[in-house]
Amino acid sequence: MKIAVCVKRVPDMDVRFRIGADNVSVDEGGLKFDINDFDAWAVEAALQLKDKNSGSEVTVISLGPDVVQETIRKALSMGADRGIQLKADKVPFDGLVIAKALAAELKTGGYDLILFGKMAPDSSNGVVGPMSAELLGLPCVTAISSLEIANGKGTAKRELEGAQEIVEFPLPAVLTVDEGLNAARLPSLKGIMAAKKKPLEVKPAQLSEAQLSIRKLELPPERKAGRVVGEGAAAVPELVRLLQTEAKVL
Amino acid sequence: MANVFAFVETRGTDVRKVGLEAVTAARMLADKSGGGEVHALVLGPPGIAAKASQIGQYGADSVIVVEHAGLANYNPEVATATAADRIKSGGYRAAIFSTSAQGRDLAPRVAARLGVSVITDVLSFEIEGDSIVVRHPMNIGKVIATVAIAAKPAVIAMRPNVIDPAQNAKAGKVENTQPAIDPASARVKVIETRVGGGGKLDLAEAPVVIAGGRGLKAAENFKLVEDLAAAFGNAAVGATRAVTDDGWRPHSDQIGQTGRLVSPELYIAVGISGAVQHLAGMRTSKTIVAVNRDKDAPIVKVADYGIVGDVFEVIPALTEAVREAKKHH
Repeated sequence: MKIAVCVKRVPDMDVRFRIGADNVSVDEGGLKFDINDFDAWAVEAALQLKDKNSGSEVTVISLGPDVVQETIRKALSMGADRGIQLKADKVPFDGLVIAKALAAELKTGGYDLILFGKMAPDSSNGVVGPMSAELLGLPCVTAISSLEIANGKGTAKRELEGAQEIVEFPLPAVLTVDEGLNAARLPSLKGIMAAKKKPLEVKPAQLSEAQLSIRKLELPPERKAGRVVGEGAAAVPELVRLLQTEAKVL
Repeated sequence: MANVFAFVETRGTDVRKVGLEAVTAARMLADKSGGGEVHALVLGPPGIAAKASQIGQYGADSVIVVEHAGLANYNPEVATATAADRIKSGGYRAAIFSTSAQGRDLAPRVAARLGVSVITDVLSFEIEGDSIVVRHPMNIGKVIATVAIAAKPAVIAMRPNVIDPAQNAKAGKVENTQPAIDPASARVKVIETRVGGGGKLDLAEAPVVIAGGRGLKAAENFKLVEDLAAAFGNAAVGATRAVTDDGWRPHSDQIGQTGRLVSPELYIAVGISGAVQHLAGMRTSKTIVAVNRDKDAPIVKVADYGIVGDVFEVIPALTEAVREAKKHH
């Protein structure tokens, strides 16, 4: 199988973000970056299919400035075979711009399966996978939490609100990966050494004009400080009183 | 004055609450533009047409009904083709979807087919001159972006629970029509929708969410949380990632950065320390209650009301008290 996985380099979210001087970007000073978790699970899904289907090839694609090569190398060190950087000064916010650039690259690759993470936590829009599928005219299943592929057909499970869908699809197809599909492998030392020699092609990204623009970024208002009502079951009557009279939710 | 399209999400022959929220949002946007019409599209199996009058009650001037035996389950390709065709021919200023599992799947496909951008998880919107300007959380809700949409139509997926479905009766003129493509011809087929645990309230839609963490010590102790939810009667049960990773609860119950985002009226955290990953999924809740052994746990710091103590002692007492309080209403 020929499998492509599209990955994004994202900041660690476990920090207090600062807004940049331009008011429309996050100050990247001091932030740590790594592959988006959902994308790492997509890479893992591709590698598991490769393990089962000999002769398979996994290509990792990332759009952005040269620092995204680190993210591609991480996926190569996990076991992917080759990388493509679609070079751009920065990653656009508008998912359609990204999807168009990726689709232009993906349509030339003859892939049986194209995988994405279901969303990235920084832009938090979650649209690039299904938009790319639509631009490519391929069948698409989003946010999958299980996957079986046999005889050119796939079956996946999607988690809905209070329900699950079981979905069948033909190949080639585009899938986006949710949590629960797998646990991503850690790169081995051997994998890290091997990744240095794997091919990583750099091409200019074909960027179209954005239709979404960030006017400003703000930090959300802090929640007003709460209080400890009391200790143990003895505090329950006071809590109930506050929920009834102050918060008015009971 | 501009007309606005709304996609009304369904499951089987039921209109989902997020569907009525989409109609309400479309009504608000049409009114803000100086009073255009709202046209709502609803797809489903036989029986769905009977729901058209309900959709009119929430502000749709016209309800486009696609009733077809092949639409018992969500059919992404039929929904995409039908919505895109209607939006294209209707000349709408905006198209409103929901940021639900279905809406996250559908809205980007429709937008791509129309050649326009899409913004999801939208908290609020305004019309400013030639743009529609929306607020959209980024970086797991730690940053809020104000985003201007130049695209026409503006394709917007609203976050569930930020707009209350509001009765605002309009004509609700019904137009029955056919799906844009034959459901049988779709390449992607939802062969089954498994609904979990008999009419459970959904996490994103429930006014009250009770979530449990590792402090509950074992899967079977979630019974405490379920009992408290039952005492409220309008509550859904969620869990932390630690708990779903351990298999105590299904992944679909996970609240947090990689799971569900909820903003209920009342959120009760039971034995949850409050990791950043979890706070990302619930920090916009209106009132937060934390019950935790550790008075210094991060969840106690963000909670409006904290009780420091043993969950096995506090939660049964709270369940009893809520049951009593509900009795007197």
